[in-house]
Amino acid sequence: MSTEVLLNEFKEVSEHPHVVLSEYKKQGKKVIGVLPYYAPVELVVAAGMVPMGIWGSNNKTISMAKEYCATFYCTIAQLALEMLLDGTMDQLDGIITPTICDTLRPMSQNFRVAMKDKLPCIFLAHPQHRKPAFGLQFTVDQYTHVKNELEKIAGTAITDEALREAIKVMNRSRAARREFVKLAGQHPDAVSAVNRSAVLRAAWFMEPVPFAEKLEALNAELKALPECKWTGKKIVTSGIICDNPKLLQIFDDNKIAIAADDVAQESRAIRVDAAETGDPMMALAQQFADQDYEVLLYDEHSNQNRRGEYVANLVKNSGAQGLVLFMQQFCDPEEMEYPYLKKALDNAGVPHIKLGVDQQMRDFGQASTAIQAFADVL
Amino acid sequence: MAKTVSPGVLALRKVVDDVHADARKAHAEGRLVGWSSSKFPCELAAAFDLDVMYPENQAAGIAANRDGEIMCQAAEDLGFDNDICGYARISLAYAAGKRASRKVDLETGEYVINPNSGKPLKDENGKVVIDPETGKPKKDPKTMVPYTVLDDIYEIEALPEGREKELRKAAIKPYRQMQIPQPDFVLCCNNICNCMTKWYENIARMRNIPLIMIDIPYNNTVEVADTNVAYVRAQFDNAIKQLEELTGKKFDEKKFEQACANANRTASAWLRVCDYLQYKPAPYSGFDLFNHMADIVTARAKVQAAEAFELLEKDLAEAVKNGETTTPFPEQYRVMFEGIPCWPKLPNLFKPLKANGVNVTAVVYAPAFGFVYDDLDGMARAYYKAPNSVCIEQGVDWREGICRDNKVDGVLVHYNRSCKPWSGYMAEMQRRFTEDLGVPCAGFDGDQADPRNFNEAQYETRVQGLVEAMEANKAKKEAEAK
Repeated sequence: MSTEVLLNEFKEVSEHPHVVLSEYKKQGKKVIGVLPYYAPVELVVAAGMVPMGIWGSNNKTISMAKEYCATFYCTIAQLALEMLLDGTMDQLDGIITPTICDTLRPMSQNFRVAMKDKLPCIFLAHPQHRKPAFGLQFTVDQYTHVKNELEKIAGTAITDEALREAIKVMNRSRAARREFVKLAGQHPDAVSAVNRSAVLRAAWFMEPVPFAEKLEALNAELKALPECKWTGKKIVTSGIICDNPKLLQIFDDNKIAIAADDVAQESRAIRVDAAETGDPMMALAQQFADQDYEVLLYDEHSNQNRRGEYVANLVKNSGAQGLVLFMQQFCDPEEMEYPYLKKALDNAGVPHIKLGVDQQMRDFGQASTAIQAFADVL
Repeated sequence: MAKTVSPGVLALRKVVDDVHADARKAHAEGRLVGWSSSKFPCELAAAFDLDVMYPENQAAGIAANRDGEIMCQAAEDLGFDNDICGYARISLAYAAGKRASRKVDLETGEYVINPNSGKPLKDENGKVVIDPETGKPKKDPKTMVPYTVLDDIYEIEALPEGREKELRKAAIKPYRQMQIPQPDFVLCCNNICNCMTKWYENIARMRNIPLIMIDIPYNNTVEVADTNVAYVRAQFDNAIKQLEELTGKKFDEKKFEQACANANRTASAWLRVCDYLQYKPAPYSGFDLFNHMADIVTARAKVQAAEAFELLEKDLAEAVKNGETTTPFPEQYRVMFEGIPCWPKLPNLFKPLKANGVNVTAVVYAPAFGFVYDDLDGMARAYYKAPNSVCIEQGVDWREGICRDNKVDGVLVHYNRSCKPWSGYMAEMQRRFTEDLGVPCAGFDGDQADPRNFNEAQYETRVQGLVEAMEANKAKKEAEAK
């Protein structure tokens, strides 16, 4: 299949997740909605169910969720609640609600209250002390709770064997995505910013095996392409999410390619794999422990600027000339880490711009001007 | 608010002053001073005789001293978004060396008085004196203050020795919260919010100092599971090891036990003081309780704090016996004030309440600092139950408990722009209060530290609405009784 056909297929999925959901339900599959961040989707896969990521929506307006939230909450969380309330996600069989940020903490309660009698909400609290033995044990304990709840929904026990298999499957999906990110950065002529996002977004909606197969096929096509003589600019994106096609179109219109990313919905979610041997629950806990350079997680070496320097190096090593930070409105972990990210970028001589975004943005005029002006100085 | 100050209140004031003075002394003598989040297990630091300051309490004090805005802006100039918690912004600006200072004329060495400051001058009959030249009220020169400007202690430090250095050093505002020593280490417990984690990481990075972290993940059940207790217990051991490395001392179990005993005694006395709000009319206002926050935060593990609260308890018993109250108006309605107060706007918060005879007889701070426990497991469980780390059922239960016990007629909910975890499920809580208790609720937008986020007109309208609803409720109940 050609690159273009494959990209269009990913785009179809990315733009119409509800169609995909309906399709799974028609096939008699159970589907679990997975909220950000770092939920062990391997457990869902091992239970024979389909995990579908819930990262808000670029097309909805907050209305019913206002009954639960004041205005100053991240739109990803608010729109997730909106879609649970307005029936968009009625076909789900359950959701997993992690609580790693200050918005998701109370929102986990709102989800549970709002979905009472309608949808099982599986609570998940990650530890911040995730590396020491007691932290690993806590993660195992919490994941065991998630596992037990998923087993109830699936009506079947999750065996170690099934979990090891699910880990392999998810590792394969992550490896394919990492490879794709690299190839998309090398071949921006073949993969636009809009299409790059569609592929990575589709990963949250498709079953992992068909997704990995399709992406591996696309990667093979991209690898076979001749070297790209890119005449435009290259940047690295950073932030929680930047999946709005209208916003990304500005990059394509201005010949700005995405060489790599430090985005929660994209590369931050796929940096670390889980071990395929040994105790699979501990392997998942270790995988979480190994997450690093992450605004949401505690850094034991917090007196150093490790995360800022990591991102600055990412820009340099990817051959990009600058960084575009999509600052998700009301996201305090991102906001708290900005001054030191800026410091590291400035020290490394990496220019950057910070664009305030949220999922209810409909007018991108200002963003367009800022991105164009930024590209001009690169 | 109170015209005469009771011995208990005086004792409480002294306890906080002493804690601050001790920390300044320790710093001056080259001993370690730490900064700690308000619900970090202070018993651990006390076991090592460490002097500890509390940035949340400090930020509240800075905000109440009207310097919240200039410090918040200073943090924003450092790159911290104005969406971030106001306490965090004030603290981060302070950690970076920023200070609210008095404008000083470097030539004359005198402070430059702000002509817009001060209260109107009154004559011997209490009448406002009008300036015949301007036709406007004259200012009382005693109440006029210098302009507030931002300074930086690291900039001052870098100056050559001399007049400017001395003048600028001396111009930093003298109140205790603006005189806290810079930290040598930080103690972070994120049971109240995850913002705390990033806030303290930033301080550790800014000052290149050790961070000791106790992580308390959010809990979805009323009970704290044994697995969660085990996680926190292991972290206590971890923190002790880090404190041993930091201080070069061995963990002193006896001192630790004494600190635990003190902390329990303080917390119990605190809860009993809070319970005096159950009397009708209450012997004091919940706003007075806000003033004692500093003690429960900064001195929980000190015997002096326990003694001072016990003294206050006696004062209150006496007040009840004599039918006295420090509330400066007759109590017509009793409400729960939900959330952290808007420290920069306390008088503005109080004004419409006073005008309508509304006394605050319940505040969530009562259970929030009532850490009472028997053993180490119990201590882990107690610290697991901070206001923002508990599930909605526990949160509602706490509040409805104090609403019932303290006989409130309504609830005033502060949607605190600084606190996402606290405000995040208040809408649902309001519905439950009304459904379960049959009391009206009113919400208003504000902020614990940044005065720019408080709208006085909206607040007054909401209070008015609440009063009308309580009035209607009262009339209905009276009619039913007949």
